Amino acid sequence: MELVTPGIGLIFWMLLSFTLVLLILKKYAWKPILKMIKEREDNIENALKSAEKAKDEMVKLQSDNEKIINEARKERDIVLKEAREIKDKIISDAKVQAGVEAGKIVENAKSLIQGEKMAALTDIKNQISFLSVEIAEKILKKELSKDASQKEYIESLIKDINLN
Amino acid sequence: MILLLKYCRNIFLVTVLLFSVTKIWANETEVDSTKSDSLTITEKKFNPGDFIIDHVLDNHEWHIANFNGKHISIPLPIILFSRSERNYGLHVFMSSKFHHGEATYDGFKLEMEGPHKGKIVEVNGAGEIDETAPYLLDISITKVVLELLLVFAIMLWIFLSVSKAYKKRRDKAPKGIQSWMEPLIIFVRDDIARPSIGHKYEKYLPYLLTIFFFIFISNVLGLIPIFPGGANLTGNIAITMILALFTFAITTVNANANYWKHIINAPGVPWWLKIPIPLMPIVEIIGVVTKPFVLMVRLFANITAGHIIALGFFSLIFIFGEMSTGAGYGISILSVIFTIFMSMLELLVAFIQAYVFTLLSAIYFGLATEEHH
Repeated sequence: MELVTPGIGLIFWMLLSFTLVLLILKKYAWKPILKMIKEREDNIENALKSAEKAKDEMVKLQSDNEKIINEARKERDIVLKEAREIKDKIISDAKVQAGVEAGKIVENAKSLIQGEKMAALTDIKNQISFLSVEIAEKILKKELSKDASQKEYIESLIKDINLN
Repeated sequence: MILLLKYCRNIFLVTVLLFSVTKIWANETEVDSTKSDSLTITEKKFNPGDFIIDHVLDNHEWHIANFNGKHISIPLPIILFSRSERNYGLHVFMSSKFHHGEATYDGFKLEMEGPHKGKIVEVNGAGEIDETAPYLLDISITKVVLELLLVFAIMLWIFLSVSKAYKKRRDKAPKGIQSWMEPLIIFVRDDIARPSIGHKYEKYLPYLLTIFFFIFISNVLGLIPIFPGGANLTGNIAITMILALFTFAITTVNANANYWKHIINAPGVPWWLKIPIPLMPIVEIIGVVTKPFVLMVRLFANITAGHIIALGFFSLIFIFGEMSTGAGYGISILSVIFTIFMSMLELLVAFIQAYVFTLLSAIYFGLATEEHH
């Protein structure tokens, strides 16, 4: 019977010590322990989530990078093409310009040469006429000094004219 | 796969624990078998019933062994409050003053036989029991009280240091005793409190953790037969009664209107079960009281039964030893084997009973705070 009869002393000590231990453990053990466990679990979960997010971002960044590289490549191609076109245009323009310029120069030179030639020719003509006059003068001076021959010459001349 | 691994690891841990405990048991039984000789000298005839009940019950001294006809025991403090004219007031002294019940001290006597066996009684001038004395308030530090304080000391030591470890090792993996306790704490939280109570579980968690570890540590200490253990703590009705009362009080205080409505006017029950004779409300009110009562009896009976069986096996050694020493030694081998088996079973029971008590408390809290759907 004593086995199932709770003793008053035991009830007293159990009630007292259990209440005390419950309160002490609640305040100084369970609350901080549970808080820390929860905090750690949250931290781990957050860390996993952020790792996942970082991974996604990396993938996104990589695809972005590729896109950027591709765009840059396209841009480069376009720029190169344009540059080539510009170069070609400049060259062809220059060629045309040079042709025109050369034509002008040649034209100028030609007209200059023509002028010079004409001037030279006029000069030569004048020289020749002057020289011929002088020669004629000298010949006339010499021939006219002898009457006989002069007469003879004039007669020949008249003869020639008559024949014509 | 992970679950299976976890399961295997748990089995491994339990096995290690079991072997460490059984080793102590085995050593102890050897001591016990030598003890049997001295027992037969001091006592005329071995009475297994008294032997078992004496060990299961509370005591004013912590008996360790009988050696050469002498009792080896730890004296415990006696604290009495007497209301009789002769001895009125508080009396504090050590139980060794009684000389194992052979002497009276300060007008008190420790009865060893008869209807007051194991109790302290007041004696009159002639040295006889004073039957007319008013009720003697006995709040002595008995064997069970000492074990109780020991368990609480162990709990405070473990969990305050674990708490400190958590503060020191913030957001780091658990280490040492912390890593032993964390799976159990998480087990109580995730497998007992959360599924049984619901989203308000955090409020009840400190209580559930305290009773879980108190019952578990007490049960395991009860399995160790030498001094710091061996007292039948959770197999004492006063202890389980207080635990059950705590659960009952918390349930009743936190119960919501829905809970009371279900008791007084259970919905879905035919009206003639409530009027004119309130049959269902009576049944429900009985149920409210039965729940903690069953909690109290379950734990008490399970642990006491475990102790009785283990002691029964030891008694076999003494019974056969009385017939002949050879038979005593012979049966001791069998007893040890059975005791090892029983210890393993009891270790399982130690955990299961802690689990069941905590789980049922959590379920009662859950029922009392359940919202109406």
